[in-house]
Order: sequence, then C-alpha cells, then structure tokens
Amino acid sequence: MKRQVPIVLCFLTGAFVVVAFFIGHPLVVDLNEKLDELLIIVTAFALVLGVVSFAQHHTKKIQRKQKDWRNSIVSLTSLGLMAFLGLFESMLKSGAVIGDRPAFDWLFTYAFTPLQATMFSLLAFMIASAAFRAFRIKNVEAAVLMIAAVIVMLGRVPIGQYILPHSLEISEWIMNNPNLAAQRGILIGAALGAASMAIRVILGIERPYMGGAGD
Amino acid sequence: MALSSFAGIWLAAFLTLAIYSFLYKDNPVYRLAESIFVGVSLGYEIGLVFYRTIWPNLVERLLADPGPNWYLAIGGILGIMLYCRYIPKVSFLGRWALAVYIGYFVGVELMQRLHGDVLPQVRDTMLPLSSLSSVTFENLLIIVGVLSVLIYFYFSKPHTGILKPVSRIGVYFIMICFGASFGYTIMARISLLIGRLTFLVEGWVKPMIALISGSG
Repeated sequence: MKRQVPIVLCFLTGAFVVVAFFIGHPLVVDLNEKLDELLIIVTAFALVLGVVSFAQHHTKKIQRKQKDWRNSIVSLTSLGLMAFLGLFESMLKSGAVIGDRPAFDWLFTYAFTPLQATMFSLLAFMIASAAFRAFRIKNVEAAVLMIAAVIVMLGRVPIGQYILPHSLEISEWIMNNPNLAAQRGILIGAALGAASMAIRVILGIERPYMGGAGD
Repeated sequence: MALSSFAGIWLAAFLTLAIYSFLYKDNPVYRLAESIFVGVSLGYEIGLVFYRTIWPNLVERLLADPGPNWYLAIGGILGIMLYCRYIPKVSFLGRWALAVYIGYFVGVELMQRLHGDVLPQVRDTMLPLSSLSSVTFENLLIIVGVLSVLIYFYFSKPHTGILKPVSRIGVYFIMICFGASFGYTIMARISLLIGRLTFLVEGWVKPMIALISGSG
C-alpha cells in the first residue's frame, strides 16, 4: 500500500496533465489550472526542505566544531536575518527599516547584489585559467573550439575589429549557422531524452519520489 | 549622503574586495564573505518565495475568500506532507506528496519538451534548398549540422560504417558551438568584472575622496 499509492498518484497526475493538453473541455481546463495553482504552492513548501538540510549540515558542523565551524555560524545568522526580514515584510507589508529603505531591500542592494555579481565576475579569472589549459591545441577539435571562441570574443568588443577585420560579421555568421545547428541538435536530443524520461516516471518505471524505498 | 547609504556602500565595497582577495589565495576574509553570500542568498530566496508565492497565493486568498479558494488548502496540505519525511512513522506521506508533485511536473515537462522544443525545432530545420545561393548553402549547413549532431548523440547503435564519419562531422559542429558559448560566457563575466571595478572606483573611492575633501 505504502509503495503502490505513490506510483498510482504519480501516474494519475502525470497522465491527467498529458490528457488535459489535448482536451479543451472547460471542466478539464479548469481542473488543470487549479492543479497548477496548487503545485506552485507545493514548490514553495519544497524549498524549506533544502533550508532544513542546510541548517542540519551547519548545525552539525558547529556542534562538532569541525573545520570552519565559525563560518557556519555566519551562514546560519545571515540566512536567519534575511529570511526573518523577508517573512516579516510579507506578513506585515512593512517591517524593519534602514534609513529610508526596508531592511530586506537594503540587504539585497548592499550585500546580496554585490556578493552575487562579484562571485560571478570572479569566474572570469577561473575561466581564463581553464581556457589556458583547454586551448592548448592537441587535436583538430581543440583547434576548432579555440578558433570559434576567439572569433566570438573578438566580435563582441570594438577592438576586435582592428585585430581581426570583419570579426563581428564572422562572429554573427558562426552564431547564426554552425552554432545554431549544433544548439538545435543538442536541444532536440535533450528534449527527446527528457520526454522519454518523463514517460518512464509517469509509467512508474523510474521512481525518483521513492527515495530508494521502493526501487 | 545618508548614513544608511554610506554604510551600505562600505559594506558592498568590503564584500567585493573580500571576494576578490581569493585571487591572491584562499583566506579567512574570503571564506567569511562566501559564508555570508550562501546564507544571504538562501535567506533572500525564502523571503522571496514567501512574499511572492505562499503569502499572496495561499494565505491571503484563503483569508480573503475561503469559499471559492478552498482547493488551495490542498496545496498547503501537500506542502506540509512533504515535511512528514522527518517523522519516521509517517514518512510515507512525504512520498505521496512528492509523487503528486513529480507526476505533475513530469507531465508538464513531457508536453513542453515535445510541443515547445522538438516540434518547433524540427519545423525550423526544414529549410528550402531549391536555389543556388549563399542562403541555400547556409540552410544546407544547418540541416547537416542538426542531423550530424543528432547522430553523434544516438547511442543505440555503435558508431561504425556510415555513422562514423557523420558523427565526426557532428563533433566539429559541437566544438564550434562550445567555443562560441565559451566566448560568450567569458565576455559576460568580464562585463560583470568591469561593473564591479566601476562600482569600486565610481561608487566608493570617488565619493569618499569627495567627502574627505569636503566637496561631497
């Protein structure tokens, strides 16, 4: 019973969505819309599972005084502060204020945004060092990859026109033809793979919801 | 400059420099900024989800008019059932909620992938080859590229005989695609780097100099 019910539920919801796609009856459309609204709410609840796992991991680290346990305190405090301010503002439609701004907004502007942008910009350096290793031409494939990357990079900056005349046009041509063809092939392949996996899940051949309990 | 903005700019500048200190080597200041980033990102996500999803779509609607919105409570119940996994005796209820959740999104994914990705992409690949022009050459290139890449990813048969050279052509198309994506990504990251450096100079150093010299 405990194992069969989830398989039946998964089949019924999955099959309903597929059938509803082809049936335009108002009753089915209405039911599908309601289901959509419900599951957006479930998605939001699912986020808390990740938060609990995060909190458990860091709490264990602090309790056992493992390496960098002090940073775990910082992570949990920042999480708690930001989440508290967010929840507080949602419920009261007003909350703590720093200067003339809500505290949640202030932290978003002066902590979250710079941290996110800086962290991603740091990847420019990582990519450059990865490029140094990747672009050592060992075979024709690596040469093709490097030439395409260099032309696209030159095509994106004004100085590229001086280093390689018509780099913008060549870059556009690469993006619109060979790149488009490969992207399309990858997209079709990936979509067919995802669709076949979806059918396997709906039919109960794959059971990711069992978490290893009913495999 | 308001004190809150002043403090905010200093905080942003400190966090920016703390992250960039990693370029020298891994250090405690970087790890501190990294920990703040992890916590703040997750906290922001929670605030956002509660503010934009749970509160307006569930709580407010149920409180305002529970009659026609009763079905939303099922979403709340399913959401709470997900947490049953932490109570061993009723952990199976968590799997029921997860099964409904996965079933629904897998169904949506199936139709979206077939209807939104496969069919339009196949339709757009059916290009005319009826005239002798550069457009025909480009169309031919796209058709050959799509087919060869698809054959490269076709693993049900060993790549021998005619499949071998065709899949090799597919590899070259994939390499061009990866190279182009790589170039694009680098330029996007460098653009972010320029943005951060501009902030440090224009948003932090210059206003501070102006403030100290008394002209700000």
